[in-house]
Amino acid sequence: MTNYRRYLVPLRPTFLALLLVAAVGAPAVAELKIDITRGKVEPMPIAVTWFVGKGAEARLGIKLANVISADLERSGLFRPLNPKAFIQKPEAMQVRPRFGDWRQINAEALVNGTVERLRDGRLKVTFRLWDVFAEAQMTGFIYRAPPGKWRRVAHKISDEIYKRVTGETGYFDTRIVYIAEGGPAKQRVKRLAMMDQDGANHRFLTDGRDLVLTPRFSPTAQEITYLAYYQGKPRVYILNLDTKQQEVVGNFPNMTFSPRFSPDGNAIIMSLATEGNTDIYVMDLRTRKVRRLTKHPAIDTSPSFAPDGRRIAFNSDRGGSQQIYVMDAEGRKAQRVSFGRGRYATPVWSPRSDLLAFTKMQGGRFYIGVMRPDGSGERLLAEGFLVEGPTWAPNGRMLMFFRQNKGRGVDSGAIKLYSIDLTGYNEREVVTPIDASDPAWSPLIP
Amino acid sequence: MRTTFVSLFAALLLVAACETSPDEAASTAGAGASTESTGEAGVASAAVTPGAGMVTPGVTPESRAGGPAVAALTPETATLSREPSAAGRAVAAIPKGSQEDFVLNVGDTIYFDYDKSILTPESQRTLEQQAVWLKQFPGAAVTIQGHADERGTREYNLALGDRRATAVKNFLTALGVDDTSIEILSYGKERPAALGHNEAAWAQNRRGVTIIN
Repeated sequence: MTNYRRYLVPLRPTFLALLLVAAVGAPAVAELKIDITRGKVEPMPIAVTWFVGKGAEARLGIKLANVISADLERSGLFRPLNPKAFIQKPEAMQVRPRFGDWRQINAEALVNGTVERLRDGRLKVTFRLWDVFAEAQMTGFIYRAPPGKWRRVAHKISDEIYKRVTGETGYFDTRIVYIAEGGPAKQRVKRLAMMDQDGANHRFLTDGRDLVLTPRFSPTAQEITYLAYYQGKPRVYILNLDTKQQEVVGNFPNMTFSPRFSPDGNAIIMSLATEGNTDIYVMDLRTRKVRRLTKHPAIDTSPSFAPDGRRIAFNSDRGGSQQIYVMDAEGRKAQRVSFGRGRYATPVWSPRSDLLAFTKMQGGRFYIGVMRPDGSGERLLAEGFLVEGPTWAPNGRMLMFFRQNKGRGVDSGAIKLYSIDLTGYNEREVVTPIDASDPAWSPLIP
Repeated sequence: MRTTFVSLFAALLLVAACETSPDEAASTAGAGASTESTGEAGVASAAVTPGAGMVTPGVTPESRAGGPAVAALTPETATLSREPSAAGRAVAAIPKGSQEDFVLNVGDTIYFDYDKSILTPESQRTLEQQAVWLKQFPGAAVTIQGHADERGTREYNLALGDRRATAVKNFLTALGVDDTSIEILSYGKERPAALGHNEAAWAQNRRGVTIIN
């Protein structure tokens, strides 16, 4: 995995693009654009044709197109057209699409490509994105990757399409770590689990022997920090996904919990409970030095760094009820920022730095919402009997959280993951094999 | 000779444990070895191997009541039956100094108000009895679990459970219980005692539980 970057070198085929532009004689600036700053957008009709290949690669070409279509469709911003409607066959498109054929089925954007196997066994995947009305290529890339990584190639292509059309970074080549849970409510078995953002490559990382909670990715997506009740002692751990090694973070006599990495990955911020009082600490992973950031008899927990590492949001009941506060990285100047009705919890700083996602409890309901870091502009995105634990996609456009429906009688309702657009539209269940909670969205995989 | 008697007695205890709860053992085992045993099924259902640890979907909630109260017919507990007073009365079979004895004669659980860790007068009365009992067994290792209902966020509830468990510990040590033998353990909202999603269930889940290890 560490050597993976080596194999997956996106080659910007500048020469190709230049040639095509010259041939077509159209301006290089395409007009095709989705404005995602508005609320609800009409999804853009896009034709994702199967990638042309020979033999086994022909089948893989269909799968590539399917994964890309599914990615784009889930974003809520694209509407992939049914391949049965295609007039021009992808095999006939290798020189240049017949744009009239694509306009006729109302495609605004068109994706085509090829897949072949190189003599060293790797795959070579070429793709192009076309603006059907401008009759121009918008972007194009060549990827070389081991065959086992074909899904990542598809996600990277989805990311390029998303980026070219929306102007923002994509989030498809990412993973989700979460808590898979099952068994009776009184003795719930919880396991760390990980999957690709689209639910593929699902795997369990722990065996369920120890209770585990609240996993979060490091900025490189190579480590996960989480809480485990190993040998009956709740402590913060780090799991290295490459080496599978786990280590306890620090040597604390009491419970440590609610961990998150600092934006540079060199520190863990977390809570430590001492004599019934919970405060926030930060531990440098290189020097092992621990600094105490809050010193207050209230419960101070759920800390989250701003992307620049200079501020920390957390929740505290120091004012009488649980509310969101923001302080500087040294623990000074803590200021309450949530002033709406109800209790506010689990602030998570957006990767774009402009918003805090949070959990809100009011009137017997739970909500997922966002507000600016000064507390203004609060918007609620999702609600339920229990919704909790928002996490951001790396582009700050989508969020994920978990929801438990109210069960009947003594039955517990199902607990599932959901994604939702920042605008509050396009809420979807993220399908998992069993009940799921505490999701954490990875950064883009390096 | 005495050793034989003790192990025989221990065996009787185990059998008794099995007999009192055949349904529990069956249902636990029937859950497809999905849960780990934390002692509730005890030695009786050795079939529930922690190593199995597989998460099985659709396991029905257990019907067993009492939660941690039924805990721990572990070999250590059986050893405690060396107490002469318990010997010879195999039917009663509740060894003094055991969790069962504690639950039966004192009560292991106290309850808290929503988002509070203040000890109610009722809780204080229970804890006073707990202190008296614990001082009879100064060697006993004690864990106090702090729990919260499901109406809070996970991390906050871990802190709240810790606060509650500490409130219990502080009260007990103020009454002269040796504080070095007391550990606290917060489960937040992870281990409810009562099922259901209403105030009656939540009130039972906001609790501190004193466990004799």
